[in-house]
Amino acid sequence: MKAYFALFSARFRMLLQYRAAAIAGFGTQLAFGLILVMILEAFYRSGNAEQPLTQAQAVTYTWLGQAFLGMLPYTANPDPEVRDMIRSGAVAYELALPLDLYTLWYARAIASRSAPTLLRCFPLLFVAYLFLGMTLPPSLASGAAFLVSLLAALFLVSAFSVLITVSLMWTVSGDGIARLLPSLVFLCCGLIIPLPLFPDWAQGILNILPFRGMADAPFRLYLGHLPPGDVFAIVAHQLLWTLAFVLLGKWLVGLGSRRLVVQGG
Amino acid sequence: MTLPVVYCLPVPQIIVENLVKTYQVAERPIGVLGGLKALAWPRYKTVTALEGVSFSLESGELVGYIGPNGAGKSTTVKALTGILVPDSGRVEVMGRIPWKERVAHVARIGVVFGQRSQLWWDLPTIESFDLLKEIYKTPTPKYVQTRDELVDRLSLSELLNVPVRQLSLGQRMRCELAASLLHSPDILFLDEPTIGLDAVSKLAVRDFMRVLNRERGVTVILTTHDMDDIEALCSRVILIAGGKILSDGSLSSLRAQVTQERWLIVDLEEQSAPPCGQDFEIVSQQGDRFTLRYQPAQTDTAGLIGRIAAQCSVRDLRVEEPPIEEIIARLYGGAGK
Amino acid sequence: MKDLRDNFRLYLLCIALSLRGQMQYRASFFLYSLGQFVAIGIEFIGLWALFHRFGNLKGWTLAEVALLYGMANVAFSIADTFGRGFDTFSGLVKNGEFDRLLTRPRPTTLMVAAREFPAMRIGRLLQGAIVLVWAAIALQVHWTIPKIFLLVGAIIGGACTFIGLFVLQATLCFWTIESLEIVNAVTYGGTLTAQYPMTIYRPWFRYFFTFVIPLACLNYIPVSALLDRQATLGVPEAFPYFAPFIGVLFLLMSLRVWKFGERKYCSTGS
Repeated sequence: MKAYFALFSARFRMLLQYRAAAIAGFGTQLAFGLILVMILEAFYRSGNAEQPLTQAQAVTYTWLGQAFLGMLPYTANPDPEVRDMIRSGAVAYELALPLDLYTLWYARAIASRSAPTLLRCFPLLFVAYLFLGMTLPPSLASGAAFLVSLLAALFLVSAFSVLITVSLMWTVSGDGIARLLPSLVFLCCGLIIPLPLFPDWAQGILNILPFRGMADAPFRLYLGHLPPGDVFAIVAHQLLWTLAFVLLGKWLVGLGSRRLVVQGG
Repeated sequence: MTLPVVYCLPVPQIIVENLVKTYQVAERPIGVLGGLKALAWPRYKTVTALEGVSFSLESGELVGYIGPNGAGKSTTVKALTGILVPDSGRVEVMGRIPWKERVAHVARIGVVFGQRSQLWWDLPTIESFDLLKEIYKTPTPKYVQTRDELVDRLSLSELLNVPVRQLSLGQRMRCELAASLLHSPDILFLDEPTIGLDAVSKLAVRDFMRVLNRERGVTVILTTHDMDDIEALCSRVILIAGGKILSDGSLSSLRAQVTQERWLIVDLEEQSAPPCGQDFEIVSQQGDRFTLRYQPAQTDTAGLIGRIAAQCSVRDLRVEEPPIEEIIARLYGGAGK
Repeated sequence: MKDLRDNFRLYLLCIALSLRGQMQYRASFFLYSLGQFVAIGIEFIGLWALFHRFGNLKGWTLAEVALLYGMANVAFSIADTFGRGFDTFSGLVKNGEFDRLLTRPRPTTLMVAAREFPAMRIGRLLQGAIVLVWAAIALQVHWTIPKIFLLVGAIIGGACTFIGLFVLQATLCFWTIESLEIVNAVTYGGTLTAQYPMTIYRPWFRYFFTFVIPLACLNYIPVSALLDRQATLGVPEAFPYFAPFIGVLFLLMSLRVWKFGERKYCSTGS
């Protein structure tokens, strides 16, 4: 366990050094947030009916989405290093380590999902709160519930992004399939439009799918759109899916590494 | 009536006079605050890459251009190939100022970077060749002739239809050489052409360069860290360090500039006493092999050999000049001071 | 003129070569195209859902916005295919490969543009085209020659604008190769912006994408004319027909800036 933690923290500290990338990310996400907010505001001004999310809530939801975008596997290639290792055959070195390959990649994924986000989210949230209409959580309890379920979201997202990486063991240039996933994830976790704005009949399916746990659920806890008491059910939902992804990932890594050994890397 | 006498002095093909180039390098910030500060107000320091470099080359020379990393080698080569505009000084290649007439200039030169490929990775070599023909607008008959000649010289016929990614490093380097010569340039710049190659490929590349230079009269400028390349090929060596030319001449004059010493290599019988004396130094001992160094100006070679033969039981011995690496290392060391 | 023809020929040759290279990985090629097709389609679902909730967007219907959406995506995918070499230019500067391009007796813009031709971007093109066709049918546009000119011209002009943006982004690499992703805010952000009627944005933002980067001229204004809507940006009636030339002009201007950057690169070295 200590070894994995050491790997995690080494990688975490390395990623914290990419400040130039963080500044660029901050600027890009600020711009995208601005555009999305303007579009949403225009829609809110156009429709008169009562909506499941107030305009102010939708704006805050959007800024949260931009702030924590880096946490989601937003490219077809969430961990380029592992991909390159698989392609070049250098993954054999990882197999030679006296460590469990899945846990190793999982630790790495947690670092990759958290460190860049940590660098980017604070300035963006700060600016959005001061100037761009973002609001604070309605109560301390909502804020706490948000943080707890955000942490669970990190574990969920990491388990999922390892799955994408592992799938590259089979398709030599499997970018095609891997490319589908991010946009699907984006749609189903609320990054394209807030989930409550989807048609009512879609809500049931979206609630069961794992993706809402990656962004939508924590965000709605933040807004108080879901009462803080729901946090237990939400975290249970997140962790259940995390477990499912981990088991599937472990199984696939076992299968894949046997393949690699047979091929000789 | 007397006719005016016209002296046709050969104009050098490459003239470099008092070349100066400085770079502005951003200072590396420290810490988060430093990083932010550097983004807003970057601070630069000036680094001098070339401090008044001058030399000239005649057509058909084969020159080694050597120096430690950061000495200014690549800056010079960049100025000569028209990629870089120097701060001051004159560069003229075949009567042109490279960076002023870049397109016309580069059509007459060839460049090989040993560490980077110019061939299309996923396609057979011949496709890249055909593309280069188009890039350089070479007329078809001339292209076919040059290509076939190069294919023959470098034994590429079996490699032409193999995708480049499947070629070995040595095979690829031969293809790279051919690719740089398809447009029959007058001058060829070679940057580390033998890096990473096995012994056989190295020899093949060197042989080819020699032929190219002698038979076709192509001027070759070779930058390398491989002193065997230099020793095998270059009649002239220009050594640059710290942005200044330290030496320019034949390899033997370069040696002479550093030291006159000779090395005596002695193989002794097993139970022999080690050599000892006042007028030489032991450089190294490997098993029964002793390497001694002495100054022929002070110590008579025949006398030294005689004394050692009397002192120890000698199986074999020979006299050599110190290896070129040693010479270069000393020159670099001197430049560092 | 002969130079221009020569350069064009070389460009086509490079594209042909690049295609043959890509065809070596046929399966990957099709999967990638399919991936792009679906990925962009998913974005459209978001648009549809918003209309499902709100009914209209400042008086624009889903089909009308879909026309904007389709045109923006078609134009962007064309630009992404032809200007990809500029989009990935920072890598070229980083690994020194640009120096090699400078040793070729051809314009650097040609050499950079000809380096990459990712035909798999066809997925996005196809998706945009399908939305476009659907929108045109749903709106029952009465096609006349001027309207076809508007559509084709706007797409070409839009593509030129996006390529121009890629060129400007690449030009920045002559100064710095750090934090360049920030330019995505303008290129990808611009695509997102162009998918909606310009009037929904705040004035300063609208002005930026009309006068600084002329995207509005190549999407919102021609589409308004196409739909016989009054474009509320206060432009003369004949203006939309000149719009494509603005895109071409923007591209030409970007290429000039590139020349300037290249000279700067050669005099500072990096």
